[in-house]
Formats: sequence, C-alpha cells, structure tokens
Amino acid sequence: MENSEHKIVSFKTYGLVLLALIVLTLFSVYITQLDFGNLGIVVALSIAGLKSVLVFSIFMHLLYDKKMYALMVVGVLVVMTIVLIITFLDYGY
Amino acid sequence: MDKSNLPNYLEHKGKYKGIFAWIFSTDHKRIGLLYLYAIMAFFVVAAILGLLMKFELIAPGKTIMEAKAYNAVFTLHGITMIFLVVVPGIPAILGNFFLPILIGAKDVFYPKLNLLSWWLYMLGAVIALSSQFMNGASPDTGWTFYAPYSFQTQSNVLPALIGAFILGFSSILTGLNFIVTMHRLRAPGMKWMKMPLFPWTLYGTSWIQLLATPVVGITLLMVVAEKVLSIGFFDPALGGDPILYQHLFWIYSHPAVYIMILPAMGVISEVIPAFAKKKIFGYNAIVLSTMLIAFVGYFVWGHHMFTAGMSETSLFAFSFLTFIVAIPSAIKIFNWLATLYKGSIMLRTPMYWAVSFLFVFMIGGLTGMVLGALSTNVHLHDTAFVVAHFHFIVFGGLGFAFFAGIHYWFPKIFGKMYDEAWANTGWIIFFMGFLTLYFPMFLLGIQGMPRRYYDYVPEFHFTNIISSFGAFIMIAGLTVILINLFKSAKRGEKAEMNPWGGKSLEWTIPSPPPLENFEDIPEIK
Repeated sequence: MENSEHKIVSFKTYGLVLLALIVLTLFSVYITQLDFGNLGIVVALSIAGLKSVLVFSIFMHLLYDKKMYALMVVGVLVVMTIVLIITFLDYGY
Repeated sequence: MDKSNLPNYLEHKGKYKGIFAWIFSTDHKRIGLLYLYAIMAFFVVAAILGLLMKFELIAPGKTIMEAKAYNAVFTLHGITMIFLVVVPGIPAILGNFFLPILIGAKDVFYPKLNLLSWWLYMLGAVIALSSQFMNGASPDTGWTFYAPYSFQTQSNVLPALIGAFILGFSSILTGLNFIVTMHRLRAPGMKWMKMPLFPWTLYGTSWIQLLATPVVGITLLMVVAEKVLSIGFFDPALGGDPILYQHLFWIYSHPAVYIMILPAMGVISEVIPAFAKKKIFGYNAIVLSTMLIAFVGYFVWGHHMFTAGMSETSLFAFSFLTFIVAIPSAIKIFNWLATLYKGSIMLRTPMYWAVSFLFVFMIGGLTGMVLGALSTNVHLHDTAFVVAHFHFIVFGGLGFAFFAGIHYWFPKIFGKMYDEAWANTGWIIFFMGFLTLYFPMFLLGIQGMPRRYYDYVPEFHFTNIISSFGAFIMIAGLTVILINLFKSAKRGEKAEMNPWGGKSLEWTIPSPPPLENFEDIPEIK
C-alpha cells in the first residue's frame, strides 16, 4: 500500500496564491482592451495556464506529493494537446 | 487460519434487509452482482431487438416491420448495447468484483462512490429508455446521434441524449475509483510490475473512461443545447459545423472501443495461463501493449470519418495512426499463442471461450485494417462490412471474453459449479450461430449492401437468409448459456476454493469470498 506524508502548507502561502490568482484574473480582464491581433488567444490561454499551474501545484498539493502524480497530470495535458492538434489538422488547410 | 467460518458476502447480514441489503450495499462484490443482473437484463432485451432486425432482413421488402420501426429498433439496439451493456460490461461486473481481490484489498478505495456509480447507471438507463414510452416517435438517429439530423428529428431524442450523458458520469466515477484503488490499495509487496494483467487492463481502461468520457458528455449536451436553444454549434445554417460533431463524438467513441476491449484482453490474459498451466508469456510486453493501446487509441478517431469530408492531411494521419494501433493488439495475440505453446492445455468451458475469442478477435482486427486503409474504406464505408467488423470486435471480443470470464470466475462468485456439459453445448451453438450470423455480412458489405436499411435488392437475398438463420442459432445458444448459469447459481454443486488450480489471489480465499475478502491483507513475495 502506498502512503504519503501530508505536508501542511502555511496560510501565508495560500493567501499569496489567492492574491496571485485574483491579480491574474483582473489582468486577463484588463488585456481584453488591448489588441494583440492573432496572439490574443495565446496571451489569454497563457494567463489561464499560469493560474492552473498555481492551483495544481499548491492548492492541490502536486508540488509536495509524489512526482508520479504530477507526471499523471502532465500526461493528461499531453494527450489533450495531441487531440487538439490532430483535430486542427482538419481545419488548418 | 481457517477462513471457511467467516460469513460470505452473499450471506452477510448488514444494516438493511431484503433487496435494500443489495441496493444500498457498498460491498464491491454485491455492487458487481447488481451490475451483472442489470446489464444481463439490458443485454437480453437488446439481443432480442437484434434478432427482430435480422428477422426483418430475412427477405426483401417489409417482413415484420416498416422502415421507421426498423430505424427505431436499430437505434434502441445500439444505444442499449453500447451505453448500457458493452461500455460498463466487464469493468463494472468482473472489474468491481475481482479488482480489489486480485490486488489484495478489502474493497475499492471509495466504496460509497462505487454505489453511487451504480445508481447513476440505473438512473441514466431509465431516462434513456424512457424515450421509448413517451408521446411521440422513438429515437431514430442510430446510437451515434449524428448532427444535424439529431437536432432536427422530431423523435424523442432528448431523453436518450440526457440518459447517455448521465451514464457517462457513472463510467467516469468507476474509472476514477479504480485508478485510486490501484494506486493506493495494492497489497504490500505488489509492485506495479507484479500486478495481475486483468487489473492492468482495468488501469488502462480507467484512464480512458476518465479522460475521454467528459468529451462525449459535453458533446451530447451541445446537441441538447442546439436542439433546445438553436445555438449554432453544428447547424450550418447558423454557422456551425456538422463535421465538428463527428470529431467530438468519435474523440470519445473510438477510445470507448478500447474501454470495451482492453478489459476483455485482461480476462483472456487470466484465463489462458490458468488453463494452459503456464505462466503468461511476455508479461512486460502485455503490460506495455495495454498502455500503448490506451494511449494511441485516443488518436485514431478520424477513421470513422474517412468519407465525411476531412482534409487530406487528416485522412493520412488517421489512417497511419490506425495501422499503428494494430501493433500492440497483435503483440497480445502472439503472447497468448506463445503461452498456449507447449502448455498442458485443459479444455474446459472458459478455455473454449478464450480460444474462440482469439479466432473471432483476429478476424475482427484484420478486417479493421481493411477499413483503416483509405482506398478500401471508400468502398466499404457504411456497408454491412462495417457492421460485421465491429460485431466481430465488440461482440466477438468483449462478449466472448465476458463469457470466458463469467465461466472462469463463476465458482468464486457464487460458490457453485455450473453444468459443464450444458455450458459447452451453449458455447458451440453460440459460436456456430455467431459465425453464421456475422460472416455473411462481410460478403454483403463487399457486394455493396448499405447498413441501416430495412430493405435490399434481390441479389442480396440468399446471403441475408444465411445471416438471419445464424441469428436464430446464436440466440438459441445464448438461451442455453444463460439458463445454465442462472440455474447453476441457484442449484449448482458446491464449488471448491480453487477448482482450476489458479495462481492469483482470488483462488486463495473461500468461494464465495467473505465480506471483506481477506482476514489479513496478504503479503506478496
């Protein structure tokens, strides 16, 4: 049976992450007023991706748990990315 | 310690009595049996619908039903068989029952979630099937709910869509439960590469359930939204794209084929070594090929859409990937054959099912290559050839493996033995009926008979008669098998703890198993 120690994360760390998420959300609202052309969606998804990394790694403890669980999440993202790329093979011509 | 004095899971007295002791039980074995009875009931209904379709096709023109009724019957047959029988099939029944035992655990990691999965399954089934009993016409879209027809038809397609959506949740929760169980509850000493092969295939399957099912869930909801709110996802008149529906649908529904077939391969990987009296040949290769099938299986969905109007780049990519996914399946076949080689083969009922699985699965797999090739696909797309192919894979693969598994583990599940003479009689009748039913459909497809038509030109008559005749033989075999199993579960002879000389953990505990399987968690050396 696999057992893992649970790390206790301080309130300060959680508070800082919450603050970062709020700031990033406000920032993603703000940049909708700027014109990035075709890169707009890339910028928006990058901010969303950064927020996801914070949630996964700190709120969901992936940073402190066995690396295998982080690997599983990365694996899922790889599968979804390949699925999206293959789908767009049909639309990118 | 003598474990035979512990009350078994069938006799255990819990908080509730009567039927409530079953439908509120969180014991994985009772939940496995709840699925068994529900799935078997749906299977019998859907098989009878299939028989009615073949009866209709016994002669050109109307035989027993009109075209509209035929459309409704093949839709209900497909929805029931796919969403209620073959997708949950082996994981929900044999997986629930044997996964914890095979890894040396007392239950799954989330027993209450497991019970919730069964309730969601029943709720989804009731909603999906209620479409038949409401005012208006029965759904006539086929189980694939293709847009734009699915949101244009006036038939009761909404309950069927919502039912399938809810059934998806049941599937996701079962997958999640199994993954966590295998990560957290393996017995001490059971490293990953010591885990039996049936749990390994359930592991691959569970990942597919977890990742692919949400895609079809949201897709079905998009059809509901399109039908109710006219949003324009798939409706060309509103700027939507019907091909997008096909992409989204098959992103789930092709991996779903592996949800069906991977656990079947796991069952065969347990049965063949037990009856060849040999260790499985190439354990590592089977594990690796299982995970490869689960991984590559995500990327081949487009081969269902070769004639739908995709870009040439996509056609090439999907055809190539389809050929790639055949390799790990073939690795498994060679490993099973190598296990049989020089084995002390014991020809008992589960082994008959297992070797006939190899036969029909290879035919199904090789005809899949014919459909995966772009040139031949153009000719065979949407013909009876496709129907024959996927019945060889899904029914021939999953169905045969399920019957292999249920006969193999029957003594453990019920603590009784089935009547072997009747079981073997049922198998041979079923096997002959299966081949007589589906093999002619390959020929009909090559000759150009389209699928999903209730009528055909006179040239196809003779082959259709043979095929329909096969359906009646197969149903006769199925009747023998089911009656034998049900009678034996009630009045069979008492089974020993290990009637087949099996080496895995389930054969070290009493038949039927005690409530929590093991008094002490076993240690794996």
